[in-house]
Amino acid sequence: MAVTGLGVVSAIGNDRGAFWDSLAGGRHGFREITLADTSDLQYRMGAEVRGLALEDSFDAGSREILDRFAMLFLLSAREAIADSGLSREELRDAAIVTGSSLGGQSTQDDLFRALYQEGRRRITPFAVPRIMPNAGASHLSMEVGCEGPGLTLSTACASSTHAIGIAFWLVSQGVVERAITGGSEAPFSRGHLKAWDGLRAIAPDLPRPFSLGRKGMVLGEGGGALILESLESARRRGAHVRSLLVGFGMSSDAGHITKPSARGASRALAAALEDGAVDRERVDYVNAHGTGTQLNDVAECEALREVFQDRASTLMVSSTKSMHGHALGASGALEAVATVLAIDNQVAPPTANFLERDPACPVDCVPNEARDAKTRVALSSSFAFGGLNAVLAFAAPSA
Amino acid sequence: MSDPLASKIIAAISEVSKKPLEDVKLESTFAELGIDSLNGFHLLCELEEDLGIVIPDDDARDLRTVSDVVEKIRPLVEARAS
Repeated sequence: MAVTGLGVVSAIGNDRGAFWDSLAGGRHGFREITLADTSDLQYRMGAEVRGLALEDSFDAGSREILDRFAMLFLLSAREAIADSGLSREELRDAAIVTGSSLGGQSTQDDLFRALYQEGRRRITPFAVPRIMPNAGASHLSMEVGCEGPGLTLSTACASSTHAIGIAFWLVSQGVVERAITGGSEAPFSRGHLKAWDGLRAIAPDLPRPFSLGRKGMVLGEGGGALILESLESARRRGAHVRSLLVGFGMSSDAGHITKPSARGASRALAAALEDGAVDRERVDYVNAHGTGTQLNDVAECEALREVFQDRASTLMVSSTKSMHGHALGASGALEAVATVLAIDNQVAPPTANFLERDPACPVDCVPNEARDAKTRVALSSSFAFGGLNAVLAFAAPSA
Repeated sequence: MSDPLASKIIAAISEVSKKPLEDVKLESTFAELGIDSLNGFHLLCELEEDLGIVIPDDDARDLRTVSDVVEKIRPLVEARAS
């Protein structure tokens, strides 16, 4: 199936071009967090979207009913739809499948403050539609006039990857001819940042996936969207095919609620390859889950070794979270966009902020500099809290 | 035990691990007590709140035994008191 449209809003670029320029240049988007008070947290840094005047893209009425997370998805979806060249009529029966772990987290935080701290008697009726995690999908369907199947998945850090995978299967099975998919997250509210502070999984400086000296993940926000359509549909209308989406695999660890499992991850990787009938010798690049925590990065390398055997040492495996941050439920969308752009440009984005090789992470993580690389098949992996794993397999149109 | 701080910490660990007080000794490891990282951080969170201290993340990740917790927390409590 064809990927014919891409859109993205992130800390490293508010459109596809700027996003790719940052990835190819190995430039991260981490700065001191401004959207919430961090004075009593053990971390200050985050990957916030910047330079975005939301009032330029959403009128006052829309801003009242939309949480930030929904706006980020809408912006990315608008870009993806424009990229695809599909008309309103052509999208009328499309599916919309989004991922978000938290939904309207900022709205919820503000609501709690108003209720418990300020003693407000009645909460705005906009609160419920702002908070619901399907708000992005619903508002897009209203905006585009899309009457096809619409749904939102919430599987923590794998939310968008699961969403894209389900959209892929809807199109593959012929339920719909086209799908708009992806996801978004806007986690920078005080309550949520405090929750992550309690988990002690956030690095005090920068994320350094696969590197010695790594101290954890760093949160990000953003939205990413892909347009999927059958190859027949894409060819019929002469669409530019950025890449193919060929497979989707899932698994559950059935292990620990936060600790990753190499076995669970390897089964999801293998499942994606099997779903796409992909010869693992043709996989050239993996966009890793690569959070930068001690546990994830080691488990992920073990999983890659299990699936790719000796090739695991030479396969290019990079973590773009090292640049756009860990955007939780949006990560899968940002990383899918990054993976498609890697195939489209035949360049492997780097793992930024890398210091020194960790013997426990024996992969070629493309340290610090992007690399021109023939990329026939690329995988994008998400291994979430709760042990829910999802992997997508993309291929070059000529592969 | 004549060490009030150690007693308080042992009581908290007994609560989190669901082990009887007499089974929680200074030399007991978190692994022996069935306390994983998530429960361990929860324990530290409760102690921080109770004692009015902050245990840095790097220190929190290095704690392996009951004694480690007592010795890590003691200077923080003393600093707060002074």
